[in-house]
Amino acid sequence: MNALLQPTGSVYSLVPETQTPERHTLSVLVDNEPGILARIVGLFAARGFNIDSLTVSETEHEKGLSRITVVTVATPKVLQQIKLQLERLVPVHRVHDLTDEGKSLERELALVKVASSGEPRAEALRLADAYRAQIVDATTESFVFEITGKPSKIDSFIAIMVPLGLVEVVRTGLAAIARGPEGM
Amino acid sequence: MPQQMTGAEMVVEALKDQGVTDIFGYPGGAVLPMYDAIFQQDKVRHILVRHEQGATHMAEGYARSTGKVGVVLVTSGPGATNAVTGLTDALMDSIPIVCLTGQVATPLIGSDAFQECDTVGITRSCTKHNYLVKNVADLPRILHEAFYIARSGRPGPVLIDIPKDVQFAMGTYYGPTEIEATRHKSYRPQLEGDIRLIEAAVDMMLRAERPVFYTGGGVINAGPEASQHLRELAELTGFPVTSTLMGLGAFPGSSPQWLGMLGMHGSYQANMAMHDCDLMINLGARFDDRITGRIDAFSPQSRKIHVDIDPSSINKNIVIDLPIVGDVGHVLKEMVRIWRSKTNQPRTEALAPWWAEIETWRAKNSFGFANSSSVIKPQYAIQRLYEATKGRDVYVTTEVGQHQMWAAQHFPFDLPNRWMTSGGLGTMGYGLPAAIGVQVAHPEALVIDIAGEASVQMTMQEMSTAVQYGLPVKIFILNNERMGMVRQWQELLHGGRYAHSYSESLPDFVKLAEAYGGHGIKCDNPADLDAAIREMIDSPKPVLFDCLVEKHENCLPMIPSGKPHNEMILPDFAGDVGAVIDAKGRELV
Ligand SMILES: Cc1ncc(C[n+]2csc(CCOP(=O)(O)OP(=O)(O)O)c2C)c(N)n1
Ligand SMILES: [Mg+2]
Repeated sequence: MNALLQPTGSVYSLVPETQTPERHTLSVLVDNEPGILARIVGLFAARGFNIDSLTVSETEHEKGLSRITVVTVATPKVLQQIKLQLERLVPVHRVHDLTDEGKSLERELALVKVASSGEPRAEALRLADAYRAQIVDATTESFVFEITGKPSKIDSFIAIMVPLGLVEVVRTGLAAIARGPEGM
Repeated sequence: MPQQMTGAEMVVEALKDQGVTDIFGYPGGAVLPMYDAIFQQDKVRHILVRHEQGATHMAEGYARSTGKVGVVLVTSGPGATNAVTGLTDALMDSIPIVCLTGQVATPLIGSDAFQECDTVGITRSCTKHNYLVKNVADLPRILHEAFYIARSGRPGPVLIDIPKDVQFAMGTYYGPTEIEATRHKSYRPQLEGDIRLIEAAVDMMLRAERPVFYTGGGVINAGPEASQHLRELAELTGFPVTSTLMGLGAFPGSSPQWLGMLGMHGSYQANMAMHDCDLMINLGARFDDRITGRIDAFSPQSRKIHVDIDPSSINKNIVIDLPIVGDVGHVLKEMVRIWRSKTNQPRTEALAPWWAEIETWRAKNSFGFANSSSVIKPQYAIQRLYEATKGRDVYVTTEVGQHQMWAAQHFPFDLPNRWMTSGGLGTMGYGLPAAIGVQVAHPEALVIDIAGEASVQMTMQEMSTAVQYGLPVKIFILNNERMGMVRQWQELLHGGRYAHSYSESLPDFVKLAEAYGGHGIKCDNPADLDAAIREMIDSPKPVLFDCLVEKHENCLPMIPSGKPHNEMILPDFAGDVGAVIDAKGRELV
């Protein structure tokens, strides 16, 4: 571009980011109504927030409430905005940052398909047992394992299965809850 | 008493029960049952617009000038998409609107039926909340809930999409007092501020030596009482007051404590006070980028109090020392009470050095301009307009551009709800329909749109609406034959390469006014201006006033990009304006 033609300024002032991003799990209590998921996802998209994992399901049928668990990676400043922007949505009752509140339980389920024979097949079986994975489907040349646990456990199980004939993986995304007697 | 009726009749019934007397709309296939219901009653007046965007801005003008909820009724498909700009505008400026849209019948939804569009999908991000009504049994609740959501907390637009079969279906209507869920079942914005925080704020205020009140649109939204409390608090404390574009009128422009608007085109004294203060008290404003300038150099020595009804506005752009979530009216009232309980003396002596400094800044006369006897300066035109309308019951709307900023600088207000402008979205074409909406609400008042010749052409067709309903709005066009604000930025940032920023083939505005059945006036001589303005005010018709002004005037003062508040360009700046932006500013995209 001709130097002369380069824009020489802007109408906006930008400040470089100085904080480091962190991974947080948010639990969002919402009215179970049409479009609610689109509202949540749309908010993340429109404001440039990340979604690493997202799970939704109705949790209190009589009250018409659903729980949405979102894992996001953001700087502390952006995290605060994410929480407050979510709470601005009319059908959102409450947002809890389970990571901030510490001591929360996080579980995920994965279905892992492995196809192999001979020693790798036997090795896959032994490891599945060590990880307490269930066999939910089996053929002479394949297994489908069901494994539940912390995401890090599932990550490592999947990594081990790669050389043993991993075909594909499906993960549910995270379900998380605070420990102790209090509810949301 | 619960009553049986059709969905369309419920809509009209709910409007009446919500105290709605005027709505702005445009018919079409998917809303015909509602139009039929409107036809058969005379409590709710329908103003037929010429384009749905016009309806939304009229509803905004109506809402902003009355504090009531503005109502829009449009058809499915193109009717709904044409309303999107106004909904977004209302969302950005926190204006309460209920927009009713027709939709194709429920069995047809998703089939790409004629004039079908995904209205709730399209408007999800430009409304505060929206609904698709699939069952007539839900309609009364949703209608009342929509009004509640639109006006409570931080106000905003709410849209209700009503399929045609739901409009025809019979159901039971409940009024707002007969039904439990007329408020939303969980949406309860926090109105009262935490009293301990308010006490802490007053303590900080009592110790401040260089304080400033930075007020915003929230004070207007909190109702006239909030403006009253602000005036009281300012008087008690003796602190200087500045305001954002959206907050003008909450504090009297005639008060000696008034510093003028702040921000990019705000006064030197307001911006310097913001920069050098030791205590900033933000009342219902949101640290918008037009206000802060360079964030990392924003008011470096101050402690900051922020009162806002929307918790997400706090710490979004600027780090706050003392946040208070609540309705600014409530909080101001408490601040007044607590201040009174501690002292009844303004701290005149403690503040004297600060005021002395402010007066030296004020002495720069940053809104000053070189007047001319041969050509009308736009600032002069606004000053004359102000003088000619002083003491009258006057409301002002604007379009977007230089004229908007000059209006904010040179047309002071002593009352809230008198100034309607598109601040957050900056929507050209807002002012003319907004003025019509204001005039509908205030038939006897003098309603003026301070316009630019480019902006006003975006919604010019609403002149026809004004004529149809005998709404004598005055469209005062500062015609510089340029998109002046764009031209100014091109001069500043793009080496004076004026790409597509002049107004070619302009219509003859006088003939245009006459073609619509209004009155046209043209003026290009400063000596004739006062008489021409008088003619405009005296006309019983809608007027297009073509005021030919200086074409190359820059809107000053100005905080250039990459610069903090204390490095404004002042009007007496003699050098090349383009050279003021340094290497740092150039790095910004
Ligand atoms: C709908 C829309 N399109 C484009 C813009 C960008 N824009 C901002 S000001 C402006 C020029 C306005 O010209 P005019 O109405 O004549 O006002 P002036 O600045 O000359 O007073 C433009 C194009 C906008 N704000 N809104
Ligand atoms: Mg212009």
